[in-house]
Amino acid sequence: MASSFREVLKSDKFVITSEIGPPKGTNIEKMLHHIDLLKDKVDALNVTDHQSSVMRFPSIGGCLAIKEKGGEPILQVTCRDRNRLALQAELLFAYTRGIRNVLCLTGDAVVVGDHKAAKGVFDLDSTQLLMTIRQMEAGKDLGGNELDGAVEFCAGAIVTPEANPIEPQLIKFEKKVEAGAEFFQTQAIYDLDKFAKFMEHARQFPVKILAGIILLVSARMAKYMTENVPGVFVPQNLIDELAAAPKGEAINKGIEIAGRMIATLEKESICDGVHVMAIGKEEVVPDILKAAGLAT
Amino acid sequence: MKSITKQKTFEEIEQQLDGFDRVYIAGCGTCATMTKTGGKEEVLEMRERLQELGKLVTGWTVIPTACDEMTEVAIKENNGAIQNAKCILVMACALGVHKLSTYIDKPVIPALDTLFIGVEDSPGCFQEVCAQCGQCVLGQTAGICPLTACHKGLLNGPCGGTDNGKCEVDKEKDCAWTLIYQRLEAQGRLDLMRKYYSPRDYNAVLRPRTIRIT
Repeated sequence: MASSFREVLKSDKFVITSEIGPPKGTNIEKMLHHIDLLKDKVDALNVTDHQSSVMRFPSIGGCLAIKEKGGEPILQVTCRDRNRLALQAELLFAYTRGIRNVLCLTGDAVVVGDHKAAKGVFDLDSTQLLMTIRQMEAGKDLGGNELDGAVEFCAGAIVTPEANPIEPQLIKFEKKVEAGAEFFQTQAIYDLDKFAKFMEHARQFPVKILAGIILLVSARMAKYMTENVPGVFVPQNLIDELAAAPKGEAINKGIEIAGRMIATLEKESICDGVHVMAIGKEEVVPDILKAAGLAT
Repeated sequence: MKSITKQKTFEEIEQQLDGFDRVYIAGCGTCATMTKTGGKEEVLEMRERLQELGKLVTGWTVIPTACDEMTEVAIKENNGAIQNAKCILVMACALGVHKLSTYIDKPVIPALDTLFIGVEDSPGCFQEVCAQCGQCVLGQTAGICPLTACHKGLLNGPCGGTDNGKCEVDKEKDCAWTLIYQRLEAQGRLDLMRKYYSPRDYNAVLRPRTIRIT
């Protein structure tokens, strides 16, 4: 069975994905609520894999819930917590449960998370994980053994278009393309001119690029992201815009900014779609899409 | 090249010495002296602290190089004081602790944690540059080891956590792949960075790693 998300990627549609952050614990009510809210408004929903190295309910669990509700999940798989046996086993399991999209990531360092004493695995890296998928699709595991039943995935990766220096990231981007990445969800972008320059380069490759849009909920958050999140730069004019919002209204300003950016990306055909991240505020994603004029 | 150590907390040393009222202290005249963790000065300071704890220090020595064959001779010279002790507190790296444990039939207690094998970049500043992995890639990475210098040991280029040439785990630490990129670019060898590197073979040298030179 082909991935319906892959069909969307192949079409001319402006692709919209968003993501779900699983809970720390077994209370999955909020996660299920977010899935209900978003599954029909986007083309696919990522489920994060211990985002920022914080231990949580697993990505595969969230993906199965999306599947059960008739949505299209994107399984996020990082190389931080599992060696090549466990990674392959997860892919086999995911395939048997109808999951057809995988986002391959190296994973954040263990020490940025909440289990600082844990061992970071990194047996594979993101590029090697992409290659692993392609090898498993050809019916072989990484040990060179025959699989009794292969997998088939629409595989994606990430890229940081505003990284400084950008050249090493572009080399890695090209390696991921060669390793079989079909789509890229980018790190958050806020400077559309800079992003357009990256897109000029990326357009040479047969992959779809979904611009990462992280909702800014306050001027403080914007400043924090610029100072602390690698490869994220919020221009001063956006920080000023958020700061000027009346008390309690900053989030609405953030929704407006995100909507405006998405609308520009779509109207000017700068990229192939967007990946909307509303970290902890998933309930406002429909408002962002509405502000962008993309609500269905 | 030095074996880089740091002294354990005195609390941990005290816990390890619980039940041993007579202690012999052995330092090392090479790496641990250099890193000021097990030289004469540190050994004498330890003696004082143990005495304050009520321990009887039966003797002490700073073995010239605790990990080499001469250690046996040094131990024999101090045999009396060692026999009087209930255990030996070793202020050397783990190689020295290991060596001493092969000559002495008494509990051997490490006072130091062995951190890495490092080279001295600038006076007093040691850095790990080789993880002794058994599959050297320095020829492809312009002499900078990504397994060691990259926090995640990545083989195929930088992760997304790098910013302004620094690492996500420490804003002071250089991103190994930015350095590799810069050197390869200067050498006109960026094609090496564009190459795909397969997953490493962790079976290249099985642990424990041993070799017999014939």
